[in-house]
Amino acid sequence: MQTLTQRLANPTRFMELSQWLLPWLSGLAALLLAYGLYLTFFVAPPDYQQGETVKIMFIHVPAAWLAMMGYMVIAVSSFGLLVFRHPLADVSAKAAAPIGAAFTLLALVTGALWGKPMWGAYWVWDARLTSVLILFFLYLGLMALRSALDEDPALAGKLTAVLGLVGVAVLPVIRFSVDWWNTLHQPASVLRVGGPAIHSSILVPLLVMAAGFTLMFFALHLKAMRNEILRRRVRSLTMAEVERAARLEARTAE
Amino acid sequence: MNAFWTLVKRDLLLALREGGATGTALGFYLIVIALMPLGLGPDMQLLARIAPGMLWVGLLLAALLSLGRMFDTDQDEGVLDVLAMGPLPLELVAAAKAVAHWISTCVPLAILSPLLGLMLNLDLAAYPVLIGTVLAGSPAISFLGGIGAALTLRSRRGGLLIALLVLPLYIPTLIFGIAAISAVVTPPGSLEASLLLLSAVTIASLAIGPIAAAAALRAQLG
Repeated sequence: MQTLTQRLANPTRFMELSQWLLPWLSGLAALLLAYGLYLTFFVAPPDYQQGETVKIMFIHVPAAWLAMMGYMVIAVSSFGLLVFRHPLADVSAKAAAPIGAAFTLLALVTGALWGKPMWGAYWVWDARLTSVLILFFLYLGLMALRSALDEDPALAGKLTAVLGLVGVAVLPVIRFSVDWWNTLHQPASVLRVGGPAIHSSILVPLLVMAAGFTLMFFALHLKAMRNEILRRRVRSLTMAEVERAARLEARTAE
Repeated sequence: MNAFWTLVKRDLLLALREGGATGTALGFYLIVIALMPLGLGPDMQLLARIAPGMLWVGLLLAALLSLGRMFDTDQDEGVLDVLAMGPLPLELVAAAKAVAHWISTCVPLAILSPLLGLMLNLDLAAYPVLIGTVLAGSPAISFLGGIGAALTLRSRRGGLLIALLVLPLYIPTLIFGIAAISAVVTPPGSLEASLLLLSAVTIASLAIGPIAAAAALRAQLG
């Protein structure tokens, strides 16, 4: 009896499954996002203090969650590559990095736009902002390392996985150190002991948006993985073709 | 363990006889700190207040300069392949390299830092803490830096890449190092808590650094 991850080790099977899964995933993501945006703009009430700017939150908070989840996807994939040598793990890690970085950037930009009316500045050196910025640097580091080794993709994958796992070990430390350093950003108010501290009129749209964002992340991730697999196939086909042509030329020369 | 200390001794001897690396780091540290008052103006009060931060940031950048050489020359000369085949596990090879880097770069920088503190009008009471925090925190620079050096061994633009990979990892060391000195210069603030956290970060990096660096080296040698 094979587990699902073992069965997916066969790229052809993964391609079949993902091809079937992708339209459903993207469709559901689009539906949820449309419904979430409708709730955001027409149903959710403006905050009594923050006014309409509170609507930025419906983009900002899911983006920040996905920024962290993206890194977890990379971490799990890195572990899968280094420990189990799962053939799709590297594809998954590579595909997740730019998507995670994009969500991190989205969280930073929407946070800045929200910070200007609320705090009076686009950027403050607060713990939460700083640690997300560092997360963004880690994403950039992963992508830079991979692109610096582009002549040897297998090696690039392994080294990036090492860096990804080091990042996982160090991220909590960075997070805590920055937390104790200085703080302005509000503490977590949805996932906390004693239930959410947000009224349901705002919580429901937020959760719908979060679900939509999450599905969108996985749809994008799956698509990027499919693209990467196809890219690798094209590369190996090209290499085979070049070799065949070289052999042919050698034979005609004789 | 014998092989470990032999390797440390060899690296230190090489650093001593080649010269260069340590001197460059010290010179860089000196000039970065000397540039700061030029940019900020010679306000002694202001300089005294920001001195802990500037000394630490300057030290991180200076130590970063020589990280690239940690494995590079050994890789070019084939020494790394010999070491990989030798009796010492690669983890300990990486640790020995980091120890040598710490002694040859971070310790001289730590010794220089009080002099630079003098230039920045740092409170005299903070000097023992300054040296103490730098000595307690800088092993993390060498051991985490070893990961960066190992990861960028075969990449073309190694030098710039190391900074991008490693500087984010230095943030806890930087924050707690500065917090410890600031606790003395501008109370309130707990010196003991910061110092303990700084040491904790160092100990954690002693554990993570060699393992990750060895994994990276193994991928490139194998």
